[in-house]
Amino acid sequence: MSATEMTPARFLRSVIAIFLKDWRSELRTRYAISALLMFVVTTIAIILFSLGSEGASADALAGMLWVVIFFGAMSGLSRTFVMEEERGTTLTLQLIAPASAVFFGKLLFNLVLVLGLNIVTVLLYAGFITGFVIRNVPVFLVTILLGSFGFAAAATVIAAIIARANTRGTLYPVLSFPIMLPLLLTVINATRLASEGAFFQEAAGEFQILISYIVVVVVISYMLFEYIWKD
Amino acid sequence: MEETLTLSGDGLRKVFNRRTVFENVSFTAGSGSVLLITGRNGSGKSTLVKIISRVLSPTAGSVRFGPGGRETDDPWQTRIGLVSPYLQMFEEFTARENLSIAMRVRGLPFDGARADGLLERVALFPRRNDPVRTYSSGMKQRMKYAFALLHAPHLLILDEPMSNLDEEGVGIVRRIMEEQRSNGILVVATNDLTDIGHFDTQVDLNERH
Amino acid sequence: MAIKILLGVLLTGVVIAGFGFPMSAAPQTWYELPVIPGLEDKARIIFFHVPTAWLSVVAFITSMLYAIQYLRKREAIDDIKSSAAAGLGFMFCILATLTGAVWAKFNWGSYWNWDPRETSIFVLLLIYGAYFSLRSAVEVEEKRATLASVYSIIAAVTSPFFIFIMPRIMTGLHPGAKGDPEGAGPVIEFKMSPNMRVIFFTSLIAFTLLFYWMFTLRVRAARLEAHHHSGG
Repeated sequence: MSATEMTPARFLRSVIAIFLKDWRSELRTRYAISALLMFVVTTIAIILFSLGSEGASADALAGMLWVVIFFGAMSGLSRTFVMEEERGTTLTLQLIAPASAVFFGKLLFNLVLVLGLNIVTVLLYAGFITGFVIRNVPVFLVTILLGSFGFAAAATVIAAIIARANTRGTLYPVLSFPIMLPLLLTVINATRLASEGAFFQEAAGEFQILISYIVVVVVISYMLFEYIWKD
Repeated sequence: MEETLTLSGDGLRKVFNRRTVFENVSFTAGSGSVLLITGRNGSGKSTLVKIISRVLSPTAGSVRFGPGGRETDDPWQTRIGLVSPYLQMFEEFTARENLSIAMRVRGLPFDGARADGLLERVALFPRRNDPVRTYSSGMKQRMKYAFALLHAPHLLILDEPMSNLDEEGVGIVRRIMEEQRSNGILVVATNDLTDIGHFDTQVDLNERH
Repeated sequence: MAIKILLGVLLTGVVIAGFGFPMSAAPQTWYELPVIPGLEDKARIIFFHVPTAWLSVVAFITSMLYAIQYLRKREAIDDIKSSAAAGLGFMFCILATLTGAVWAKFNWGSYWNWDPRETSIFVLLLIYGAYFSLRSAVEVEEKRATLASVYSIIAAVTSPFFIFIMPRIMTGLHPGAKGDPEGAGPVIEFKMSPNMRVIFFTSLIAFTLLFYWMFTLRVRAARLEAHHHSGG
């Protein structure tokens, strides 16, 4: 046993250190947080303007909530990788961290961002859009939680691809949409069920799909990340 | 147990956009020796440095680093230090924070006293709490030495070691190189032989096309 | 050469039989096709539309398999094969979408209805589109090959989720679907008379051969181009 051997505890410390580095950097620059926040505020304002005094059906409003979240996520979640690429610190990280630790550190960072984004979005959405009613709150909360995990998982690996491709923002939604569509359709359906006041059991199928989606995306990303990350 | 550490490259080839940068590059360097990499611009010095640093995969061939030339189970992130023009610090953080990140991201404990000692050594101690982005290019270059040496790597790789350095900086780096030679293996990529007093093995990339 | 002749014979046969064989309410001879109420002559599309849809999926899987191979071996040829398969898949995907949309206009009244299979083919189109956007965005060949391979694999492992999701959110319109979960799968369960079945499967084989032939042509062309570049 050597002092420098990679143990699970050491791997975990490495993951957390990468997360903390990104988090502190974010607190200093506020780049992603302000982009996300402004995006959510403007999009909800646009929805309010376009709805005017007309209401929309609960179904349509459930769908629109996730449109806001999807494009909000697309505006901020690539930051964690694109930033490293822009500043040339990808190589620095490659030197000091194993690829998989980088992936999980960035995944954790994006998860925190998405959870924050979703909480703010839901609060604003519920506060300002009057037709949006949730009759089964637990179903809705589980949907938001699982949805956040799913978004963070898919957004992180696609962000790594676009950062390494040096294409910045333009390709991000293009590459993400087909990958995230199963997730989007499922969370929209679950939100619709929650807004109709369906029982928890009725949404269980949606939750199963969400959980398996998260597992599949995290596992495949973990397996492929080294290829994306290493030149 | 004290088998000497050996760095060896075997039949290295790198193809980039269908262009062969170099091929048939092989070398061996043991503990206490200096490996010099030379070659004109575009001959692939930095490419070879990145391959030895394990941040770039060769198209063919392999690099091994360990006791008796065998790979160990230790992650190479803890055993390699690199200084190069394309290595960037995390500029929104201070010098001391950068050193802390370097250790913690490796999963190793951060020794503040050692970090301060190193910053003293590269003459950055008074500025240790300023963000790296406020540094001059010479200061950034010295900062990279502290970053590369903090975990006491057995293998120190220097690409253009003296770039941006003034006379004082050159003196600091010479002492660091001298010390590394007695503690482990030193790899230097440069065309300026005044940078380096003595070397044991040379890889000349001009001949490997 | 043999494959070209076989392909010519099979496809000619399928076209003649598919378009030319008469339809009759009570088929008497081997070449008379039964009339399917509600579809009539429109049923003939199955001989051409389904094979194109089938090939867009086959190409998708082929592309993924070569992508895995590329990541394992890092041989440029596997990336050439992967992108060649994807290119053909994209083409067949567009053909399937167009033929399907035109047929839907006549049979279901509008070009697009978001039936599960229409949605699936739409997603496949998006994936192919994203794949080629990614390829054109990366300059360095090795990096392009790696990133495209990774994307192709991620797309391939996430798309099967649609098989579980579609039946929950939409009902099928396609013949053989009848809203049951089985009908949302990529393969159509369609009751055909024996002679229709012969034409249908011959067509599937012929189209698959066509795909294989076009695939080898594309790979050869790309190989020559690559050789030309590195030689020059």
